[in-house]
Amino acid sequence: MIQIKNLHKSYKMGSSSLHVLKGINFSVKEGELVAIMGSSGSGKSTLLNILGMLDIANEGSYFLDDIEIKNLDETRAAKYRNQFLGFVFQSFNLINYKNAVENVALPLYYRGINRKERQLQALNFLEKVGLKEWSKHLPSELSGGQKQRVAIARALVSEPKVLLADEPTGALDSKTSHEVMSIIQKINNEGKTILVVTHEKEIAAMCKRVVTLKDGIIVEDKKIKQILLK
Amino acid sequence: MFSLDSWIEIFKTISKNRLRTFLSGFTVALGIFIFIVLFGFGNGLKNQFKEFFLDDATNVLTLFAGKTSKPYKGFKSNRQIRLKNDDINDIKLNFNFFLENISPRITRYAQVSYELESDNYRTVGVSPSYQFFEKNILIKGRYLNEDDILNKNRYAVIGRLVEEDLFPIEKDPIGRYINIGSSPFKVVGVFKDSGGDNEERVIALPYTTRQLLEKNNDYVDQIKVSFRPELGYIGSMAFEKQLRGFLEEKKSIDPTDSRGIFIRNVSKQLNENQQFSSVLQYIVTFVGLGTLLAGIIGISNIMVFVVKERTKELGIRKALGASPRSVISTILLESILITTIFGYLGMISGVLLLNRIGTSLAEKYFIKNPFIDIYTAILSTIILIIFGAIAGYIPAKRASKIKPIEALNDE
Repeated sequence: MIQIKNLHKSYKMGSSSLHVLKGINFSVKEGELVAIMGSSGSGKSTLLNILGMLDIANEGSYFLDDIEIKNLDETRAAKYRNQFLGFVFQSFNLINYKNAVENVALPLYYRGINRKERQLQALNFLEKVGLKEWSKHLPSELSGGQKQRVAIARALVSEPKVLLADEPTGALDSKTSHEVMSIIQKINNEGKTILVVTHEKEIAAMCKRVVTLKDGIIVEDKKIKQILLK
Repeated sequence: MFSLDSWIEIFKTISKNRLRTFLSGFTVALGIFIFIVLFGFGNGLKNQFKEFFLDDATNVLTLFAGKTSKPYKGFKSNRQIRLKNDDINDIKLNFNFFLENISPRITRYAQVSYELESDNYRTVGVSPSYQFFEKNILIKGRYLNEDDILNKNRYAVIGRLVEEDLFPIEKDPIGRYINIGSSPFKVVGVFKDSGGDNEERVIALPYTTRQLLEKNNDYVDQIKVSFRPELGYIGSMAFEKQLRGFLEEKKSIDPTDSRGIFIRNVSKQLNENQQFSSVLQYIVTFVGLGTLLAGIIGISNIMVFVVKERTKELGIRKALGASPRSVISTILLESILITTIFGYLGMISGVLLLNRIGTSLAEKYFIKNPFIDIYTAILSTIILIIFGAIAGYIPAKRASKIKPIEALNDE
């Protein structure tokens, strides 16, 4: 599903430049649940952003579902993001003046699907994360865990090939973290490919494979025995 | 871009961000409202101005005499100069080419009574052509004629308000006698005048009769002279100069002495007034453009603020698949919609206010019937909308170029 070869990324910081990714080689097969671990500054979020076409690498190749992601203009990148990827962020990133169902339906709006259909599918996915009866609530009326579940529903509604989660439990307590991870496991078991960036060992242990980054390179890549949540 | 769906999305965004919508809309509405009201006031000022200066005939010179300030040809200075009947004849003879009408005027205030009613009025001793100078319109009887002048008839033509004051409604004043001072005069006509109440509380007498009452002298206070209008401003200046030269020669006044003969030239005043009026027009235009500019800057500020505030939202939308184009069009259509609706409201309320004012500010503030022509109103609204769109486009374009990851990190 994902193949990356020799990926480099550096940021200009005034006169000097900061080399964040120093040659990443890495691939993900369909249906995997991969944790990307590392301390802060290890480059894990940068890697995820490049995978999510939110950021562009300086060097190296990236294939997503056998399509090379290269020289994308913003319009194409937007289209690919919409078609291939779903995002879950640490800070949820819901639009605060739209209620739950409207937030979930937004990716479908940019795909050009009509209003009724959008509403129907969005409700469907809200039901999947157990929030059907909260569909008319604004983000400000939801708890952190509920917000993240809405965000997950929004990430899934466009039926993406890959779900990218950047510290999805970073802003949540351990109980709600488990709820969210259990949903992620459930979706993975239905066949969705998922990448989770985290710095928590406990969260990583709930995935099927752990990739550890340190100072811009992969230092460890191993399959683990997954801790399944109810 | 213009699908129903995107409009619904825009309407929802607008209606769910009421404060933001209101603020930007209010700026636009206020901008156009102030522009229209100020522009209208400027026009009202011009209206009133025109009325002040265009009531009487404009091709008129008025001659007065004063006291000399320089000795000349054996005469001492400080000599009283007087205009006399023969000056009128001399002017008629010598300036036939320029002349249209000529009339002396001897102004006296007098107690005037009819039966039990009496009041103090301004009387003017004039010749028949004086009617032309004041643009008096006869409503009853006749004006003075040459016979009255020759025979020094005790006839009077009274203003409309004099009739109203002195005569009961059922009595026709024509042929009745009024007392002016202590002398009885027969009313031969009634006139009206559009120059206001003061111009209708006037009584016109033959100037020769007035002179007869004053020991049969031949003095006149003023001579009013009108010239052929086709002479224009330049011609009137030449006429004025020649007339002054002639009278100074005749009355032995030093040509460099400006105190002997005074000539008031209405067309000169009119020329100055027209200049003033066009300065007024410049000021109105300048103020209008300034207000419009302030409005545009206001909208630009608001739009920059709006886009800044929405950076994160736009980042989210881009992460979810919004193309740069759809980001721009969303912001742009939103801003156009808001400026159009509120601009229209501002325009309408401005125009309504101007209509309501009418003549109510005329007395105190010299603003009469302020108005703005509909083309200027609509054009300025459209300009504001266009600039609102440009003001929205620039930050929207920038926002569309921000990498989504940067926008998402924006707090």
